[in-house]
Amino acid sequence: MTSDTRARLETIERDPAFHEFVARRRRFAWLLSSLMLIIYFGFIAAVAFAPQSLGQRVGDGVTSIGILVGLFVIVSAFLLVALYVWRANTSFDQSMHAITERSR
Amino acid sequence: MPMHSVKLAVFCLLAAIVLPIVAFAAGPIEGGTKQPLNMPAIMMFLAFVVATLGITKWAAARTKSAADFYAAGGGITGFQNGLAIAGDYMSAASFLGISGLVFSSGFDGLIYSVGFLVGWPIVMFLMAEQLRNLGKYTFADVTAFRLDARPIRILSATGTLAVVAFYLIAQMVGAGKLIELLFGLDYLYAIVLVGALMITYVAFGGMVATTWVQIIKACLLLGGATFMAFMVLAHFAFSPEAMFKAATAIHPGGESIMAPGKLVADPVSAISLGVALMFGTAGLPHILMRFFTVPNAQAARKSVLYATGFIGYFYILTFIIGFGAITLLMGDATYYKPGADGAFDKVADLLGGTNMAAVHLSSAVGGSLFLGFISAVAFATILAVVAGLTLAGASAVSHDLYANAFAHDGISEETEVRLSKLSAVFIGIIAIILGYVFEKQNVAFMVGLAFAIAASCNFPVLLMSLHWRGTTTRGAVAGGLLGLVTAVAMVVLSPAVWVKTFGFAEAIFPYDNPALFSVPLAFVTIWLVSKFDRSAQADKERAAYPAQFVRCETGIGAEGASSH
Repeated sequence: MTSDTRARLETIERDPAFHEFVARRRRFAWLLSSLMLIIYFGFIAAVAFAPQSLGQRVGDGVTSIGILVGLFVIVSAFLLVALYVWRANTSFDQSMHAITERSR
Repeated sequence: MPMHSVKLAVFCLLAAIVLPIVAFAAGPIEGGTKQPLNMPAIMMFLAFVVATLGITKWAAARTKSAADFYAAGGGITGFQNGLAIAGDYMSAASFLGISGLVFSSGFDGLIYSVGFLVGWPIVMFLMAEQLRNLGKYTFADVTAFRLDARPIRILSATGTLAVVAFYLIAQMVGAGKLIELLFGLDYLYAIVLVGALMITYVAFGGMVATTWVQIIKACLLLGGATFMAFMVLAHFAFSPEAMFKAATAIHPGGESIMAPGKLVADPVSAISLGVALMFGTAGLPHILMRFFTVPNAQAARKSVLYATGFIGYFYILTFIIGFGAITLLMGDATYYKPGADGAFDKVADLLGGTNMAAVHLSSAVGGSLFLGFISAVAFATILAVVAGLTLAGASAVSHDLYANAFAHDGISEETEVRLSKLSAVFIGIIAIILGYVFEKQNVAFMVGLAFAIAASCNFPVLLMSLHWRGTTTRGAVAGGLLGLVTAVAMVVLSPAVWVKTFGFAEAIFPYDNPALFSVPLAFVTIWLVSKFDRSAQADKERAAYPAQFVRCETGIGAEGASSH
């Protein structure tokens, strides 16, 4: 690491805007993580404690609620990742760029 | 290594692999449990081998520095890396194993599919960009960023090698049996073939070759699985309800296959399995290593998006394939080994066992040529996974243990890379030997154990060192080690090993999966020991957190992506 880089890192560390922004970004990351944990362990809890409820039919066919719930967890995992990437691309990267540019 | 000697070595290995197959194919077909030689499958597999060896040769010419060898020079794009991650992650166990599980018990397969996927968002939100910004070649670069390099690298390398060892044994044994069944080759010959190919990819082509093997495999597997699922759905006029109806009508389990069944005997096992699957993904060294092949955090992010999309899509396909196998195979006696009276069990008597459900289905929907294609894809799938594992293991030995923990005077990049190549050869040979030794053993628990170790040792250490300022070396080492030891001990004492492998009457630890206990234990230990760590070293490490934090979040000062 060059002394130039070290100086930049120190400048950024003293920047309150940096800490405020990173706290916001980490909050968002932990929020999405918690959502994923709740969805997944909700599914696992249903499997563990109420397997019969997942076996109930949807409407007249044999398709069970469990199949739809499982599919929902898979799709939600992808959508949460997509949401994070979208937010990062449209907002986080610009904010971070503004902060790091100031340190030059 | 000079170019001409690489060419020569690759040529010799190619000859060594191809000639016996041709000779074998020309010879008489042996009896016993083996299947007759499957020529279309062998030809398609040979095409894959020739193509990947060609890529290895091309990659070897481009692999000059340590950055090339470990991280493909950081020159892989987000999309390519997403595919490569999918290729690294979607093992034959998840393709054949999950579709087989769906075939035998329906809904239960979905529990695994979901569990294998949900670790990815966690990797995205809490680790992927951070890894890219702080690390260089291995995830131990990240844990050792502010913690005491020697103990923490020894711990991370131990965690890596433990995961690699168990995962690799399971893959080798699976590969040997699968190839015996699919291609009609001898077990020993099959594992030597797998071992020789993975050594060639890794030792000559490093990360560049490994990446492209994984990308090609991912495309083949996704393409093949898409075709199968499409044919199944087309059979039912694209109505899943019609497919489920036909499946419940023919499956001996009837409508019970639409609900959780025998797989999760009790709530604790279900939750423990869930914990291992989710957090194990976030601690697999060969997967984490892939984040160092992209140029920056944005590309790391993109990798996870694509990987999650491909892997999620793939698991939906395996579910359709499993149900398709129920509907299209269970009514056809030609896929079964009937008893003396001509009757057969629709689940247990499937030729080659339930794990062959997807393979038989390929024949049912696409004829013998497509069966050959899927067999070749299954083999390619194993190769891509074992190559990734071997590279991760070799990097742990050369980069973490040797170059950064034990060598006191800085060693040159050439020496380090040479040592890594040697380690790859060594790991490959050990894998062949262990694959041979464990042939007759039940190794099904080993993939679970690998995930449990990844979740109980690698993941807590990595997450805490990234996200908690207070983490100290003592805390991380104590917690990681305890997680590792507990996970291994609990699995040894579990029904799967203590009863089924060792033959004792009763298991000492009642659950097959330790993660529910070992993962929290690792986290609490890291926290507690760090909290009470009053050493001067600990103060230094806590004081170094802000610098790590800024680099981790901004990417400024991150290891140059390219060495060129």
